[in-house]
Amino acid sequence: MRSFKYYTATSWEDAVATLGKYKNAQIVAGGSDVLGWIKDELTGPGAPLADVLIDIRTIPNTSYINYDATAGLKLGALTTLTTVAESSDVQKNYPGLATAAVSPASPSIRNVGTIGGNIMQRPRCWYLRGANFPCYKKGGDFCFSVTGENQYHAILQGELCYIVHPSDTAPALISLNATANVMGPNGAKQIPFDQFFIGPRTNVLKETVLEHNEILTEIVVPPPAANTKSVFMKVTQRGVYDFALVSIAVAAQIVNGVWQDGRVVLGGVAPTPYRATDAEAALKGKKIDANVALQAAQDTLVKARPMSQNAYKVDIAKNIIVQAVTSLVS
Amino acid sequence: MKTILHLRVNGQDHEVYVAVHKTLLEVLREDLNLTGTKHGCELGECGTCTVLVDGEPVLSCLALPIELQGREITTVEGLADGATPHPLQTAFAELGAAQCGYCTPGVLMASKTLLDHNPHPSRDEIKHALAGNLCRCTGYAKIYEAVELASKT
Repeated sequence: MRSFKYYTATSWEDAVATLGKYKNAQIVAGGSDVLGWIKDELTGPGAPLADVLIDIRTIPNTSYINYDATAGLKLGALTTLTTVAESSDVQKNYPGLATAAVSPASPSIRNVGTIGGNIMQRPRCWYLRGANFPCYKKGGDFCFSVTGENQYHAILQGELCYIVHPSDTAPALISLNATANVMGPNGAKQIPFDQFFIGPRTNVLKETVLEHNEILTEIVVPPPAANTKSVFMKVTQRGVYDFALVSIAVAAQIVNGVWQDGRVVLGGVAPTPYRATDAEAALKGKKIDANVALQAAQDTLVKARPMSQNAYKVDIAKNIIVQAVTSLVS
Repeated sequence: MKTILHLRVNGQDHEVYVAVHKTLLEVLREDLNLTGTKHGCELGECGTCTVLVDGEPVLSCLALPIELQGREITTVEGLADGATPHPLQTAFAELGAAQCGYCTPGVLMASKTLLDHNPHPSRDEIKHALAGNLCRCTGYAKIYEAVELASKT
């Protein structure tokens, strides 16, 4: 691994100030993504090789799960995925999030990987992760997946760059209407997760609205409304160490089998977690059955523009929408 | 950038002077001569470098030792009790649960945590706990049987 300077942050403000001082600094929490990035020696304007690592594990009180029936759920950004998945408060009130938190990677990675890191991780496109491919995301002027191997790439909202967002917890958090608490040079601010991620057309060099010197500090999930059900499902090729071919998070209020209101969010299909608003509109006010769910799936995937090798994802996405939606009433 | 680290490994305190960008795996093998822990993919995709930190399995290829000062690090060398092998080691030897053996140290460490938390795991619980430890020889059946045998001793 390349050498770097190592700082231990004492507070969020300290970490933000240090990030401001060093243009190529990276923060490290669990380290399972950032150290791999450094080892691969990936570099470019959107991915500078870190010469400074700022450890935020040394900041006090950053790993916690607080649940309150009126305030909802507060997760410290450095809470490990294992801790989130095993929390009885999360399992009981947000089953979709609990399942999403146990879905990434392997047990030993979830023991160090944090919920904040799972949201902020960089995409896994093999051209992006290959040092020899100067793609758009690394500041180049080409997307190698368009004419290359694109079986794991985007079927929705791809343009310029066809990455898919790799996070399992992000779709779950968007489905649950969660909000990010962010610390920056001007203090703390809140950003709803459905406005947190940006696609390549907005800025191909990054995946979120956060600036270099802004840090995700806390995740806030509102208390579930009455009759809310939530679910997370993920289709992978392998049982472990695998990112989603397609994943889905659904959270909805369902009364007597009728969808009152809710969110459907897909992972693994687009450069950001994909809020399937067409599906949500098709489901609103309907008594849920397989036909209604299939209509919601078709309304969503009619917009798909698969690449040369990933049309199979369209079928998976349709099927997973039907499965996830109907599972809420079974 | 080099620094002095105080690491507690297998119940012993060590002081090492190393570059901060060395991973725990590199410091264990190169500075502490604990070569039982193996280099694999180096990217967190195989599990052969698994060690325990405060009793929980982590991947030493993705851990920075500077962050682990004051924590209890256990490697495969710390598994036996003096000259007496750990029941897992005995079971793996008796059943031939190692083919090439390269994944074995990581598998043993992940299995130790499992049995510490859950002395009599089901086959599914064993599979879940060892999901992150890949065996290139695909010798999983013997590995599961050995963990089951150890759980009965």
